Amino acid sequence: MNVKNRKIRTAGAAACAIGLAVAGCAAMQESEGSGDRAEQEAVALMKQDFKPHGQATLDRLDQDPLQKACTRYGEAGGKVPEAEARSMERGQLETIRYPADDRYLGDWKAGEQVAQKGNGKQWSDDPASPGGGNCYACHQLSKQELSYGTIGPSLYRFGRTRGFGPDMQKYVYAKIYNSQAFAACSSMPRFGYHGILTEKQIKDVVALLLDPNSPVNQ
Amino acid sequence: MNPIHRAVTLLCVSSALVAVAAHAQTTEQEIQKYREAVGEDNPAELWEMRGEALWKEARGPKHASLERCDIGLGPGVVKGAYAVLPKYFADSGKVQDLESRLVSCMGTLQGISPEEAKKDHFGNGEKKSVMEALVAWIASQSRGMPMHVSLSRAEEKEAYEIGKKMFYYRAGPHDFSCATCHSHEGLRIRLQDLPNLTSANDARRAYTTWPGYRVSQGELRTMQHRIFDCYRQQRFPEPGYASDAVTALTMYLAVNANGGIYNAPSVKR
Repeated sequence: MNVKNRKIRTAGAAACAIGLAVAGCAAMQESEGSGDRAEQEAVALMKQDFKPHGQATLDRLDQDPLQKACTRYGEAGGKVPEAEARSMERGQLETIRYPADDRYLGDWKAGEQVAQKGNGKQWSDDPASPGGGNCYACHQLSKQELSYGTIGPSLYRFGRTRGFGPDMQKYVYAKIYNSQAFAACSSMPRFGYHGILTEKQIKDVVALLLDPNSPVNQ
Repeated sequence: MNPIHRAVTLLCVSSALVAVAAHAQTTEQEIQKYREAVGEDNPAELWEMRGEALWKEARGPKHASLERCDIGLGPGVVKGAYAVLPKYFADSGKVQDLESRLVSCMGTLQGISPEEAKKDHFGNGEKKSVMEALVAWIASQSRGMPMHVSLSRAEEKEAYEIGKKMFYYRAGPHDFSCATCHSHEGLRIRLQDLPNLTSANDARRAYTTWPGYRVSQGELRTMQHRIFDCYRQQRFPEPGYASDAVTALTMYLAVNANGGIYNAPSVKR
């Protein structure tokens, strides 16, 4: 590798110093020493060797403070220290934009389609056509769909076990909007925060989980 | 049946089974049925045969073959070479994987430019890839040998450490890294089993079976392509073909698979 002599500006420390970063400052500062040379070289090498393709532009290689912190905790085994996790979650909670009409339950049939659809945001996808949530890639939902992944917990009978009330609806909306507000460094994408799903799509998935008539609750 | 007839027959069988595999409830079981149907044979043989011919063919402005190319065990040594890659090469001053090394040799021996060498690197249908064929044949010559990738040089250690950082690097609109899907045992995405590439058992099982003939695509796909398509699904920009970045990540995966018995080209979903 020809990665010697490459100078990388370390933005993380600066972000912490001026108070921009909500999450991960402690983690970043701890490892800002000599240990992160490989990390700086990895970032520089990716920026040199990756190329923009369709909507997947090079700025996607720039981490936000949470991604940076979760990368380090992930490499260290995945555990986020308790106090740090709560601080990160508080910061992420502030990013959630709730629907202006304060209504959370959409159409479960449309939600099922969002849960099935796996594309969106890839370089091979048309940015103009709506993407999906790909929920089945990681979760069991309805009993009818046997092709489901196991990266996340089963959500079958979610409403039956958790309840159908307005507080639960609001929580599920928020969880889909920004999972990391409730579980720091979760593997689940921040669907609302990153604009992967629209407000309407998230409401439809809320209905898939919480409408008593949804196949998830049969 | 001669090898070509046999391979063509296999391709026909495979086309018929694509539809089955695509709708299979238990994909791995369907692929296993396919493996049993083709027995010892594998459509990848078509790529291997073409690759061996390309290795020996005088090509490029210098009208030379690749037979003097050093891909890890000395000039012209193909047997066992894939199982020691990536490694450091003094003449290029770089750690290189097989594709990167072939680009170098095409330049020095055949006078072929890097751009030309990397042209049509992933084949589809009528557009056949020179690189995929060469990789298929060279890889097949390491079948049955233990993975033995060295970290004895500082450059090799550096590549491994960079590759490890890339593996855990979370970014993009989905916050994904390689580790999101590949750092836990026993998980699957939809019905597809996900290897834990940080553990020796899974890393060996996964790494030693690439390249593979992909039944769902009707194409032979290399580790280079697997990494390319993972990054697409990760919502990252595109990793450059045969780039130092892909070599570094490959180094991390290959070292984790050390000790595993190399067994490819394989048949995959």
